[in-house]
Amino acid sequence: MSRIAVAKTYKLYIGGKFPRSESGRVYEVSTAKGAFLANAAKASRKDARDAVVAARAAVSGWSGASGYNRGQVLYRIAELLEGRRAQFVQEISQGEGVSSAVAERQVDAAIDVWVWYAGWADKYVQVAGNGNPVSGPYFNISTPEPTGVVAIIAPQESSLLGLVSVVAPALVSGNTVVVVASEAAPLSAISLAEVLATSDVPGGVVNVLTGSAAEIAPWLASHADVNAIDLAGAGDLAGDATWVDLQIAAAETLKRVLPPEVGVPAPSVERVTFFTETKTVWHTKGLL
Amino acid sequence: MTLDNAVALAPAERATQLIGGDLTEKSLRLHLEGLPGVDAVGLEARAADLGTRSIKTTSKARALDTIIGLIDLTTLEGADTPGKVQSLAAKAMIPDPSDLSTPRVAAVCVYGDMVPCAVEALGSAGGEAGIHVAAVATAFPSGRASLPVKIADTRDAVLAGADEIDMVIDRGAFLSGRYGLVFDQIVAVKEACRREDGSYAHLKVILETGELTTYDNVRRASWLAILAGGDFIKTSTGKVAPAATLPVTLLMLQVVNDWHRLTGEKIGVKPAGGIRTSKDAIKYLVTVAETVGEEWLQPHLFRFGASSLLNDVLLQRQKLTTGHYSGPDYVTVD
Repeated sequence: MSRIAVAKTYKLYIGGKFPRSESGRVYEVSTAKGAFLANAAKASRKDARDAVVAARAAVSGWSGASGYNRGQVLYRIAELLEGRRAQFVQEISQGEGVSSAVAERQVDAAIDVWVWYAGWADKYVQVAGNGNPVSGPYFNISTPEPTGVVAIIAPQESSLLGLVSVVAPALVSGNTVVVVASEAAPLSAISLAEVLATSDVPGGVVNVLTGSAAEIAPWLASHADVNAIDLAGAGDLAGDATWVDLQIAAAETLKRVLPPEVGVPAPSVERVTFFTETKTVWHTKGLL
Repeated sequence: MTLDNAVALAPAERATQLIGGDLTEKSLRLHLEGLPGVDAVGLEARAADLGTRSIKTTSKARALDTIIGLIDLTTLEGADTPGKVQSLAAKAMIPDPSDLSTPRVAAVCVYGDMVPCAVEALGSAGGEAGIHVAAVATAFPSGRASLPVKIADTRDAVLAGADEIDMVIDRGAFLSGRYGLVFDQIVAVKEACRREDGSYAHLKVILETGELTTYDNVRRASWLAILAGGDFIKTSTGKVAPAATLPVTLLMLQVVNDWHRLTGEKIGVKPAGGIRTSKDAIKYLVTVAETVGEEWLQPHLFRFGASSLLNDVLLQRQKLTTGHYSGPDYVTVD
């Protein structure tokens, strides 16, 4: 007798908890060939609002942690990802319709990217900051500081590597994140959320929404309490909204905007420093 | 304590009219303990049901403006300074500087010694027809002081120009069954609210429902406060958890409704403490409208005692006006 598979209904990840969508909506996630895979929550604008509130509340704790501490916490995520690789491989090969070998390479790359960014947590300040030469008896120092809450539209094709390549760089400097996962293949994003929930990352630092990016993105772009928006996966939104509209909406509240990218964004320290604000202070020299 | 002892209770018109001329500790006790018990399950179910109404778009816009007009903007901290009271008064007059169509709040609520600051800061915006100044008195929040001290506390605030006095009842006396003592104190404080011209400052009686433990006690205390001459009955000081809850407020509204049907007199209700979101506040509006009627949604009959509620209402209001979500950077830091 064949066993009946347990079809899972996934939920959102907001503020360290796994709530259903406020709207009560779910949508079917299918394999690349069209077979039923699971149900995922279809986030509404109010879920996005709740996620921003959770992210805002987490900013002081996460950005207040030392760079070394953030690096350790992020590195621990890579360890957990490694432990779950079989699950990620299966989700990617089903969701994206690729072979196990291709999926394995994506998981490897995602873990490597995560480790690479984790290493920057206590180093990016040294690279992006500066002791400015001034003609006076004082120091003049510029240091990058996290900008706050970053909204991210994750790449739509690459479900895990794409997500990791946009979430990790925003986290490194101490920002908190509201990310809209790939609409067609959201399972790796939710599994990543399950990893985060059992790690040392405080609740609210990463918030994962699944559903229609075209529906949620305009609300995040115009939200006055979001400091920056990464439109990596917004190049080809369904519906009427284009990423240019999102950029215009974001300009109303002076957000930093990263434009869409084709494929997976390559790892770069510029993605880390983009979500920082440089603060310059002076300090008198001691009479030594 | 001898129950038959005809204690010379202070004259209180309402009580003598309702209970009769021979107002004694015993007759008061008989009346209060003769009140029917509260169906706790039914009360909570009714309150939960009233909390499920969906208020959207234009109704919500109106509800938000109504809420702002009913707020007693409160600061009751040991660390209060004249500067803090001034900024509170400024916020009471212009809650949202980015939108001058925002209505003013009903009152500012401060400790007695801050009343002169509040009156001065409100200036011409204050007064009987404008934004009231409410003062907490009678050894707020515990109420643990002798009657002369409580009266002096009240007089001091009234002389300084307070339009409203928020007094606390002696919960210890109430819980040990000394209703006459609590009654006398309320009557005495009410008398202390009299101004030189013979008018009275509005008296709000804080029951501190979080310490009364049962709904039956809340109903008795509400009756007691009304009989003794309170103009308002108020749930809590905000210093004790649980503070205002929807079932307790519903129960107090029911008492107010009973009193209105009995005498035609309208008593106010003020839930205070723990109401922080517009969503919660709207539930209270629904409860008021469904229990005593929409005419109670006026500053002289219903108030919210709150400090952080106003910011949340302003954020919601900005969302309705601008069409996008606002953030805490767009309202004042209190």
